[in-house]
Amino acid sequence: MPSPLDKRLLFVTGKGGVGKSTVAIAIGLLAARRGLRTIVAELASQERMQGVFRDDGGEQFRELELAPGLFTISIDPQQAMEEYLRVKAGTIGQALGSSRLFQAFAMATPGMRELLSIGKVWELAQLHRRTRGGAPYDLVIVDAPATGHGVGLLRTPRTFAEIARVGPIAHQGQTIADTIADSDFTGVIAVATPEEMPVNETMTLADELARDDLPLDLVIVNALYPARFEPGEIGELGDALGRTRSALARSALRAALSEHARAATQREQRDRLHARVDGRLVELPYVFADEIALPQLQSLADVLEAAL
Amino acid sequence: MNVAEMLDGKRVCVCAGSGGVGKTTTSAAIALGMAATGAKVAVVTIDPANRLANALGLEQLGNEPRRVEPERLAGSGLDIQGELWAMMLDPKRTFDELIDRIAADPERAQEIKDNRVYRELSTAVSGSQELTAIAKLFELDQDADFDLLVLDTPPSRNALEFLDAPGRLNAFLEGRALKAFMRPTGLGIRALGRGALPLLGGLRRITGIDLISDLTTFFSLLGDMTSDFSQRAAQVEQLLRSPGTAFLLITSAAREPVDEAIWFGQRLESDGLPFAGVVVNRVHHDLLGDRPPREVKRSLARVLPPGLATRVTENFRDYHVLARRDEDNLGRLADALGADRLLLVPQLDDDVHDIEGLVRIHRYLFGSQAERERLIDDLVA
Repeated sequence: MPSPLDKRLLFVTGKGGVGKSTVAIAIGLLAARRGLRTIVAELASQERMQGVFRDDGGEQFRELELAPGLFTISIDPQQAMEEYLRVKAGTIGQALGSSRLFQAFAMATPGMRELLSIGKVWELAQLHRRTRGGAPYDLVIVDAPATGHGVGLLRTPRTFAEIARVGPIAHQGQTIADTIADSDFTGVIAVATPEEMPVNETMTLADELARDDLPLDLVIVNALYPARFEPGEIGELGDALGRTRSALARSALRAALSEHARAATQREQRDRLHARVDGRLVELPYVFADEIALPQLQSLADVLEAAL
Repeated sequence: MNVAEMLDGKRVCVCAGSGGVGKTTTSAAIALGMAATGAKVAVVTIDPANRLANALGLEQLGNEPRRVEPERLAGSGLDIQGELWAMMLDPKRTFDELIDRIAADPERAQEIKDNRVYRELSTAVSGSQELTAIAKLFELDQDADFDLLVLDTPPSRNALEFLDAPGRLNAFLEGRALKAFMRPTGLGIRALGRGALPLLGGLRRITGIDLISDLTTFFSLLGDMTSDFSQRAAQVEQLLRSPGTAFLLITSAAREPVDEAIWFGQRLESDGLPFAGVVVNRVHHDLLGDRPPREVKRSLARVLPPGLATRVTENFRDYHVLARRDEDNLGRLADALGADRLLLVPQLDDDVHDIEGLVRIHRYLFGSQAERERLIDDLVA
């Protein structure tokens, strides 16, 4: 099976709190290691990724190189609109873009922010960049909004194309929709932690993508606790808990039993997901660290190395 | 302060926080605990886990609160003096209901609901869940006779969207932009002056005629309701600002949710919104204390075979990394928002998905200061 990294545009999506941004960056690091000129595009002002690599955080809507071959951009709908108008309609576009009236209209139009954001993502993935001086990328990874909105985001271009029927927005919407529907070009990676809600949402996402004939290339189960103990050893831990008089030993034993219980529940949830997405599933370990910074991201990229 | 004290005299409790921190469960536990004190409480939730929804009898649709049958709560060990009601929010339906309420007549309401821009896009976009959640909250506050409404806010990456939701639509509706686009050939354009005409031409060129006409219809339909919308948005804001409302932030003890909670809490305070406290879920308490780490393995060696003792020690070491991380984050949270406003719920062995689980959390939320301290002492002893 071809690697998702062979595609040019990858959407990484998942419920809030599952580590979606972490996974998007780890995939980006892996791609850059393989010599792909890669950009991770964040939608909305999340400002997560730049914090990992540097502290200044300024210039967030420009393409920044964070590690060799790995770039990032935070996409702002308003700026994407101005750029689009400049390219599409020259001076009139520029006038429109700077018109507060027009901005208010565009930003109040339901779905317009999403269309503009995804339009910018599309532009980043083109070999011939519209942006002046923009060099092409081999891979664009989109740190997409939480799943419920994520499907909405992927659908927006088609919806606009259907509503507008004719005219430039219809045309642009259709072009983007065709790109998203092209599974050689575009891939979707869902991230879930092995817990009930994220697993449910991922299964719903899989259904919705299937309904729209969109791909779900891979599911990444993030933050899986290690399986440290055999089921047979659990009784032994319980016995020891009853025998020891050391408060510290009791704490350690209780912590072990507690993590084992969680790890077991996690594996039930993982299996539920595994059954649904038959095989397209990769596991990432729970990171026991103060924070997830570059060294942790590099080791997650190591784990992904074998799977992608 | 415990939750009962934080919510004393309140009619509305908004539970806010980033995704994946146990917000829905905490909202349900708060509602249950307040019902136990004798109040008639409704929890409005967005997307509960199936098992929790089943436990609360939420499987029926309806977009209205339903009473959680007392039998479901009977085995909880809590003496429920009041009533617990619960509902699952249906954003699309709430949106439609809002249009029905505000539109001048049923025909006009139908026209809006049939408009393609409304139908295809209104609930698909970010911010729409926030908007509908507050609309429902406001409606229940106006029409229903609950002592307390507990709102589990939608899981948005940026919880601040929630605060901006009432203002966003309103700012546009009140502005002259709408008036211009409502009647693209009429008075609105003339009022804006000649500069607007080429602008509109450019807009048509960019967007296409069909979309423009659908949008124009959409906005003009909404435009008729501008004053009602504005009035409503102002009332919603008033409700959120009133002393009868309390914002509770829900977070875990990990770095990013804590950063977000700090930001959100400071924003609430600078905006003069009634910020009551923070519930911190999944806290890893320090179990080691001042004892040297090597003592762990030594103490285990007496009761476990060496291999197993090593793995229990490794597990403990990893746990302790998280305990130190949590302590650090809790320190920042306390510095920023006040130590007396934090309620800590420890990392539990399993996700909470039934009434029993809610009761397990209850002690950490509703216990007195002394009781809560004792619970934590027991845990780390």
